[in-house]
Amino acid sequence: MAIDTKKCVGCSDCVVACQTENNVPHGYSRDWIAETVEGTYPDLAMEIRSERCNHCDNTPCVRTCPTGASHVTEGGIVKVTHEECIGCGACIESCPYDARYFHPDGYVDKCTFCDHRVKNGQDPACVSVCPTHCMYFGDLDDPNSEVSKKVATRKTKVLAPEAGTKPQIFYLI
Amino acid sequence: MKTTRRDFIKIGSMGAGSLVIATSPLLNWVPGFLKEDSDVLDDSKLKRTATYCEVCFWKCAAWTYTDKKGKIVKLIGNEEDQQSNGRLCPRGTGGLGMYYDKERLKKPLIRRKGKRGESDYFEEASWEEALDLIAENMDRIKKEHGPECVALFSHGSGTSHFAHMLKAFGSTNIAAPSYAQCRGPREVGFDATFGESVGSPEPLDIRNTKCMVLIGSHIGENMHNGQVQEMSQAIDNGATIITVDPRFSTAASKSKIWLPIKPATDMALLLSWINVIINDELYDKKYVEKYTYGFDLLKNHVKNFTPEWAATETGLDPNKIREAAYEMGAASPAVIVHPGRHVTWYGDDTQRSRAIAILNALLGSYGRRGGFYIAEKFKIPKFPHPPYPKPKRTWRDAFPGSYKLVHEVISSGVCEATIPNQMVRPEDTCSFKAWLVYGTNLLSSLPDINNTLEAIKHLEFIAVIDTMPMEITGWADVVLPEATYLERYDMLRSLKHRKPSIALRAPATKPLYDSKPGWWIAKQLGERLGLHEFFKFENIEEELDWQLKKIGSSLEEMKKVGVKTFDRTYDDLYYRDGEELEFGTNTGKIELYSTALAEEGYDAMPVYTKHPQPASGFYRFIYGRAPMHTFGKTVNNPYLADLMDENSVWVNPKVAKDWGLKNGKEVWLENQDGIVSTFPVKVRVTERIRSDAVYVVHGFGHNNKGMGLKRSQGKGMNDTEMITNVMNDKISGGTGMRGNFVTFLLEEPEKKEATV
Repeated sequence: MAIDTKKCVGCSDCVVACQTENNVPHGYSRDWIAETVEGTYPDLAMEIRSERCNHCDNTPCVRTCPTGASHVTEGGIVKVTHEECIGCGACIESCPYDARYFHPDGYVDKCTFCDHRVKNGQDPACVSVCPTHCMYFGDLDDPNSEVSKKVATRKTKVLAPEAGTKPQIFYLI
Repeated sequence: MKTTRRDFIKIGSMGAGSLVIATSPLLNWVPGFLKEDSDVLDDSKLKRTATYCEVCFWKCAAWTYTDKKGKIVKLIGNEEDQQSNGRLCPRGTGGLGMYYDKERLKKPLIRRKGKRGESDYFEEASWEEALDLIAENMDRIKKEHGPECVALFSHGSGTSHFAHMLKAFGSTNIAAPSYAQCRGPREVGFDATFGESVGSPEPLDIRNTKCMVLIGSHIGENMHNGQVQEMSQAIDNGATIITVDPRFSTAASKSKIWLPIKPATDMALLLSWINVIINDELYDKKYVEKYTYGFDLLKNHVKNFTPEWAATETGLDPNKIREAAYEMGAASPAVIVHPGRHVTWYGDDTQRSRAIAILNALLGSYGRRGGFYIAEKFKIPKFPHPPYPKPKRTWRDAFPGSYKLVHEVISSGVCEATIPNQMVRPEDTCSFKAWLVYGTNLLSSLPDINNTLEAIKHLEFIAVIDTMPMEITGWADVVLPEATYLERYDMLRSLKHRKPSIALRAPATKPLYDSKPGWWIAKQLGERLGLHEFFKFENIEEELDWQLKKIGSSLEEMKKVGVKTFDRTYDDLYYRDGEELEFGTNTGKIELYSTALAEEGYDAMPVYTKHPQPASGFYRFIYGRAPMHTFGKTVNNPYLADLMDENSVWVNPKVAKDWGLKNGKEVWLENQDGIVSTFPVKVRVTERIRSDAVYVVHGFGHNNKGMGLKRSQGKGMNDTEMITNVMNDKISGGTGMRGNFVTFLLEEPEKKEATV
């Protein structure tokens, strides 16, 4: 996934769409908006980002999961099998992005990239509703995909690169 | 073979659970892919019902998705719709929270004893009794004072039902705060220049623009969906955005030039831009010569308004002012100086809007690609009814000689005219005796709360119709619970746009509790008032189907498509090169010098008025919007409250240091008139605001505990409380609300009796 910070206005539509699509209970969320302001008045710069699980290539959350509930699917999506999660919270501790939360029903929950939609050829809910079209979803291994082209042609960054998790969400800056 | 990220689509569910190690013995036999995600939504198994959104005035067309049990699960934009292009904003996506909110109005309520405003005295009543009581009061007032003495305040799509009922009853006093508390001055200012008002949605060709100038307009924080979408396209296209705002707004952060102006000095900047654009010949000469009136007068008028002069007023760098003017000139005519929407600021707002209109005229952007396009609206035939009776009096009689250029009803004027001692000539005036209030929380939308309460005291009767209890609800004699937009039909939506179109709102489910749709309530009242001839349809489906069949469609078709788009009658979106045009002004030209304003004794060209600046220790009180909320009406929505459940007061770090304020510290605000906020508000220390101003998001600090709003009660502060200095715009009737100054109270003030 790639997210264009130049276009995102931080409206949080991605957050609400995720909540309704995935029946995320009130008070919890799988994605959220972050805002960073630099400089002093009036020389300012601001970046607004929609954040979520980075579906890393190197996954501390999967490594620390004692039951195997946290796993990586063939497509590279990091998921939690709710029935197998014992709610120990090791994955929450190990995630440098704070992307996971305890669901009140007793398991750990997180972004699935809406794989139930992707299987049907749809974009994840957050991507599909975004009024600014600031998010791009697709196959990063395919150089001809829109998302690969965006990542190739724009200046990008990932979050917390120092954690060594090889995050797979690229912010276009 | 390497598995690519999309390959799992092909692999499908076969591999989805292959890494899973089952630990629960009961589930051991179940393949992993079945254990996973059994409860996810499958769009192909959901039913969808056409609607258009009611969370704000943008009215995006959408689909309401319901599951097998008929439960509403989500809302998705209708791809055929020009307002949403298939994508709702967070409020639209979270619109189902209006339906699910357990604190909705559920039953008709009647205040049987006690005084108005003491909500504890409400008792639940039957629809029969509540409707009878409203009709009896309206009939009595009609007999004793005349039907004109009943006024309707409204906001939202359901207005049309109640407006029809009231016009049939004999009153045309139908007011919406969206005029005098919001876009009024802009409509008069543009009308005086181009012979037509801007209207909604603004016909701005943002997606094709090369340069957009925002003056106090915070697109992205105001989630006017189509405009936010097009601004994003403009950014993609490399358009220049120039933002004038005392706050580093979201739009400012995306701008090439941000002009952090000293509040209340915008007119100086606009006049200096006109000066540069004329003197440095950046204007569209052919366009100005062919279509405008008064160029030489304007040129002479602005000759002293140099950027250097403006710099002394605005605190801006004169070079930056000039640079911005050159950007506009370079982009001309594909440039938009945005007319804004909430423009009731300092009382000279019509003139400021005029200056904006003049800039657009000079740059030749009106009727041009990348500027203002020519919008078209579809005309829907009206279901037959007898002609409305002609009222003997209107709200205008309370203001003899005033507001001749105003074409809408001034809500604050109706409020004023309700208070007898403010009458100019009592024998002439329409002394209001009853208010019907539909979908607008007047105690939050009208400034000067005590004045509104004073007016309410003089009323013989007040009824409120809404989906949610709001502060105004507590002051009603009768309260009617309306079904939310997801549970009701309304009239077809017809909005002007690039192409004319219509949209249907149909109920996705039955109304919860004992709520009823607005059309039904209006018809029930109409029947009780002896106005059957005006309501000769069995139900709204009959009315809609009649209208749709007249235009070659049907209710059945609209239920399937939701939106129907028609061909334009004028085949170009823009004026043709060199086309002969007649504008709706006195001269038939675009009036740089307004003959209409001159006739009424106002300045024919905008002048600069110096407005007061804050005294020491005080800060200008600025308010605005957040993208997840619409005024105060959404703060109790469980989805949207989840995103933002209170406002904060933005304070520059220098000011914070002076006062010893830290992020999150609760303070009370006190304004120049000694009014103290009922609730404290948390400080947000941020570089994004000037040090002579503070900022809050509008619509919080609800104080409605008697009516049962638990989620939003006392969360944040109510900005309307601080707006007691109202700077009236004599031309448009707009209530300027940006002339208030506040200071901080660090300790909880002694409690005075609450006003609301």
